[in-house]
Amino acid sequence: MRYKFLTAAFAATVALNFAGPAAATDLEVTHWWTSGGEAAAVAELAKAFDATGNHWVDGAIAGSGGTARPIMISRITGGDPMGATQFNHGRQAEELVQAGLMRDLTDIATKDKWTEIVRPKSLLDSCTIDGKIYCVPVNIHSWQWLWLSNEAFQKAGLPVPKDWNEYVKDAPALEKAGIIPLAMGGQPWQASGAFDVLMAATGGTDTFLKVYKDKDAKFAAGPEIAKVFKAADDARKMAKNTNVQDWNQATNLVITGKAAGQIMGDWAQGEFQVAGKTAGKDYTCLPGLGLNEVIATGGDAFYFPLLKDEAKSKAQVVLAETLLDPKTQVAFNLKKGSLPVRGDVDLNTANDCMKKGLAILAKGAVMPWTDQLLSQDTQKQKEDLFSEFFAKPDMTLEEAQKRFADIIASAD
Amino acid sequence: MSSSKRPSKLFRNLNAKVASVPMILTALVVFVGGTAWTVLYSFTNSKLLPRLNFVGLDQYHRLWSTSRWLVSIENLLIYGAISLVFSLIIGFLLAALLDQKIRFEDTFRTIFLYPFALSFIVTGLVWQWLLNPDFGVQRVVRDLGWTSFSFDPLYNSSIVIYGISIAALWQGTGLVMCLMLAGLRGIDEDIWKAARVDGIPMWKTYLFIVIPMMRPVFITTLVIIAAGIVKVYDLVVAQTSGGPGIASEVPAKYVYDYMFFAQNLGQGFAASTMMLLSVVIVIVPWAYLEFGGKKRG
Repeated sequence: MRYKFLTAAFAATVALNFAGPAAATDLEVTHWWTSGGEAAAVAELAKAFDATGNHWVDGAIAGSGGTARPIMISRITGGDPMGATQFNHGRQAEELVQAGLMRDLTDIATKDKWTEIVRPKSLLDSCTIDGKIYCVPVNIHSWQWLWLSNEAFQKAGLPVPKDWNEYVKDAPALEKAGIIPLAMGGQPWQASGAFDVLMAATGGTDTFLKVYKDKDAKFAAGPEIAKVFKAADDARKMAKNTNVQDWNQATNLVITGKAAGQIMGDWAQGEFQVAGKTAGKDYTCLPGLGLNEVIATGGDAFYFPLLKDEAKSKAQVVLAETLLDPKTQVAFNLKKGSLPVRGDVDLNTANDCMKKGLAILAKGAVMPWTDQLLSQDTQKQKEDLFSEFFAKPDMTLEEAQKRFADIIASAD
Repeated sequence: MSSSKRPSKLFRNLNAKVASVPMILTALVVFVGGTAWTVLYSFTNSKLLPRLNFVGLDQYHRLWSTSRWLVSIENLLIYGAISLVFSLIIGFLLAALLDQKIRFEDTFRTIFLYPFALSFIVTGLVWQWLLNPDFGVQRVVRDLGWTSFSFDPLYNSSIVIYGISIAALWQGTGLVMCLMLAGLRGIDEDIWKAARVDGIPMWKTYLFIVIPMMRPVFITTLVIIAAGIVKVYDLVVAQTSGGPGIASEVPAKYVYDYMFFAQNLGQGFAASTMMLLSVVIVIVPWAYLEFGGKKRG
């Protein structure tokens, strides 16, 4: 009896193996979406792709982009490319494209009229190198958000602040109530990102562009940026008691009311959602820290390495089309907490915070982000500087600003 | 010409020579070739992919003006001094104590050597928990009643490198102890007897007779410890990932971060060349002293 069952099971596996390659193509997709909210979002992409009759082989790499990108790049340069891979569009994959390792998607883009559907236009521009399109943007992520825990402010007997300046004033009262005023994880990119947000919010869009786009070192050493460093100093004092590393652990401090707020990109929203919190009731979000309501059009995009396998190349096209499909866009971005890349989709079910973001986007108040403006090398130097700055209370503002200006002077 | 002409020197021991060809090739291509390639490209401005676009000493100039690199070097020196001195002293003391013909010697030896069986990653994680103020040593002591007790080396920029050294010592001393014990066992019983007859106290026998006789063992140990110091990377990653801030960065981590995270191969190569150079500066004079003067076999 048992023997028969085993034979049947064995036969079934063999049959399945036969059916596999004929019906569907396996396409490995690597990404670094591993936190709760992110994993839920990426499952939507996989579901949509599997529905086309192909098979999404999930290649999640834990430990945020900094850890994942070197692995992805060495696989591509080492001759073992995956079917598709996530990058932040902008300059991260620039050299891979120049070395001819990535697939040119211009034909598909013209056929499907990407230039008409993708909004804002700057997204597609970041995917374009020498007039050819190399990536599919899937979402818009902006860094410039302040997430506040309503519960924490209630406990301290304070109203929820309207902007960064009010928030800084509340810090002593929060501390007295045993609440960490500002949660900030120890990963270097968090420190450097928070500084950029403070620059865009307290200094304004022009200041930001002058430093990061024009790379004006003299300006970076000047009084405008000194003010930004003053704000960063406030943040440093407020964050000094956070003993966590990962961004989602820091977000969790805000979710549980142990910390009052966090400067973090809109991907933090997915975490609030997974925890079952409601925007406006349990937590408050302030785009641009409530000071400068502009959002950056950074985000995630998928790049397709050049493959020899014919079937897989075809599957790449299907995946590219799936990613921009209106239905996928809605399902994915709702879970991810990011904004869709097309303007013609219906986001009725979006929550408070996403609606705020969509409204800003509709007004056209957008700006580029550091991923698009700076090379990875410069980004890393910035990360080193700011992780030191935020961890070392005795580092003076003058010293930090001088080193910042040096980095900008040699930036590319 | 006689028919019994001596075969050419080249063909003597032919089998042995053929057998060593793969190793020679590996050494030449992988070690020497790879090193030469790295040094060559450290003079270029290679970013994500290696390119032969020479920029002279620019990468080195930038390297030595980067505060993170300077912090890394300083940390390596502190870490190196601590692990060298303490693992030798503690290792030797443990070995000398075990050598007193005590009971359960095997058990103690196993206990002391056990940490060495763990990788640096596991060691790092264990010590990260032990030194974490919220659930490690500090918490235990506070729960016992000393509420003002504070011990959080990994969260304090100025002493974090010592926190890392503790873990390294815990892991590495066992091996040093074993090497030393082997050395001690190699000392002839008669020497001990002679010393006793002459009425030399035990500590003096160790210091002036036994230790000088153990010179080869000390040199082997020194090389093993020194190699471990220069390449320290995973312990730091597991314990602090370089934090708080950049306070516990080490050179090997700088190399990795700049090669892969920052996509700047040139900078990473320059840093690794500097690491190689520091090893060479230490090794060459020593090798000269050790093997230079006298010809052997």
